[in-house]
Amino acid sequence: MEEYALIMRHEDGTRIASPEQMEIWMKMTMDWIGGIAAQNKFVSGTGLLFDDAKVIRHGMVTNGPFGEIKETIGGLIVVKAESVEEAVEFAKGCPVLGGDGNSMEVRRIAKRDETH
Amino acid sequence: MAQQELIPHLFRLEYRKIVSVLCRRFGFEQIEIAEDIASDTFATAAQTWGLNGAPANPAAWLYAVAKNKAKNHLQRNTVFETKVAPEVKHKTTELHKYEIDLSPQNITDSQLQMMFAICHPSIPPEAQIGLSLRILCGFGIDEIADAFLTNKETINKRLFRAKEKLREEHVKIEYPTPAEIDRRLENVLTTIYLLFNEGYYSVHKNEVLRKDLCFEAIRLGEMLIGNKTTDKPQVNALLSLMYFQASRFDARISKNGEIVLYDDQDTRLWNYDMITKGGYFLHRSATGGSLSKYHLEASIAYWSTRKEDTTEKWENILQLYNRYLQLEYSPIAALNRTYALAKARGRQEAIIEAEKLKLENNQFYFALLGELYTGIDTSRAKQHFKKAFSLAKTQADKQVLQNKMDML
Repeated sequence: MEEYALIMRHEDGTRIASPEQMEIWMKMTMDWIGGIAAQNKFVSGTGLLFDDAKVIRHGMVTNGPFGEIKETIGGLIVVKAESVEEAVEFAKGCPVLGGDGNSMEVRRIAKRDETH
Repeated sequence: MAQQELIPHLFRLEYRKIVSVLCRRFGFEQIEIAEDIASDTFATAAQTWGLNGAPANPAAWLYAVAKNKAKNHLQRNTVFETKVAPEVKHKTTELHKYEIDLSPQNITDSQLQMMFAICHPSIPPEAQIGLSLRILCGFGIDEIADAFLTNKETINKRLFRAKEKLREEHVKIEYPTPAEIDRRLENVLTTIYLLFNEGYYSVHKNEVLRKDLCFEAIRLGEMLIGNKTTDKPQVNALLSLMYFQASRFDARISKNGEIVLYDDQDTRLWNYDMITKGGYFLHRSATGGSLSKYHLEASIAYWSTRKEDTTEKWENILQLYNRYLQLEYSPIAALNRTYALAKARGRQEAIIEAEKLKLENNQFYFALLGELYTGIDTSRAKQHFKKAFSLAKTQADKQVLQNKMDML
């Protein structure tokens, strides 16, 4: 069993959702994670907030992770999976994919002694 | 109270106090002596009260006798001078050396500290429960053997090894430091909850014993709450959970000893006083920044005290299980989540999720699948119930499954 990070990528992190929309997304995300956890394949999850996000580049600190590139990371969860295919199946269920242009990235987590 | 009931009743209540106080005074080195003195005290009570009748204040009488026996022991025993005296924390004058402090405060402290000592991480969980039953709940060896469905020899050995371990590890009867308390408390709470479940879910026929286990667990929880350092949100949450669960005790077993499923329970048999208490402690648990699994379980248990089958109820239960599973996986939580999903979103969605669980050796997994397919695909439902039936271990479980198949 390997561990994989499922990374939620938002095409446009500057779009502001209504609180009602947020609540629906939250619930969908929890259902998605709950379904993975029910298979004993959930390891950990980290949501990343857009408020007060900063980017440091060439000694400059700017607001927002966005700058010229609008795509940004909304959060990630770590799961256990037998293969990358299984991890991809988990990722396909993420509600983030319902948003226009959003995507999921699946990355195997390096073990302690592995170079990366 | 009649004489023959009075002594067992007092034993259950007072034995642990005497043992805890004496053991804290003597140290774990001499726990057997503390236990002997406590048992002796009750033997003396049985003899004396049998002849003269019970005294006006039986507890005070017991304390006085225990105190004398302990003092005699200390005075007689040279071990005290060489081994115990240097260990006794409060160096006192010659006169106080043999004093035994049975004040309410010392009794409470001793019992709580004993709880932490018994739930020391070096001892296996089964032994922790055994020792808790013996020392903190005043259970007899045969009662413990009964509760574990085993024999006295096994229990005696288990308790003996656990006590040896406590001595080897030099476990002290004291409060953990504030920095350590949450971690150590986790173990204590686990033991209390195991004790509760032993009573609530065991297949034991003896209903009185099973109830006793549940109530003893609740009592230990209340003891923690009665003390400022241990009155923590997660303790309140566990107590709330136990009250909510215990409120259905009378409704979940039929007169013939069969399990009555939640849907079929007669709500008039629910104990509303306990439900109220559960609510009270749930409310008290809602402080601080951390959410324990007991908070989630208590909240789920709260929703279970509301019989109406509303979407709101099942949606809430589903979300609570979603969070619970992230904290701790267990097959039963995974199955319960799937059941809640079926109730909140419909069976089709739940069947897809259920089939991902693949709990191939779990009778409840197949029972759930049977349930989900009931009314959708009768032959599949039957197939799953049959599989569950073949995996079921108790007669009560088999009966429930047979009824389900008959109703298809």
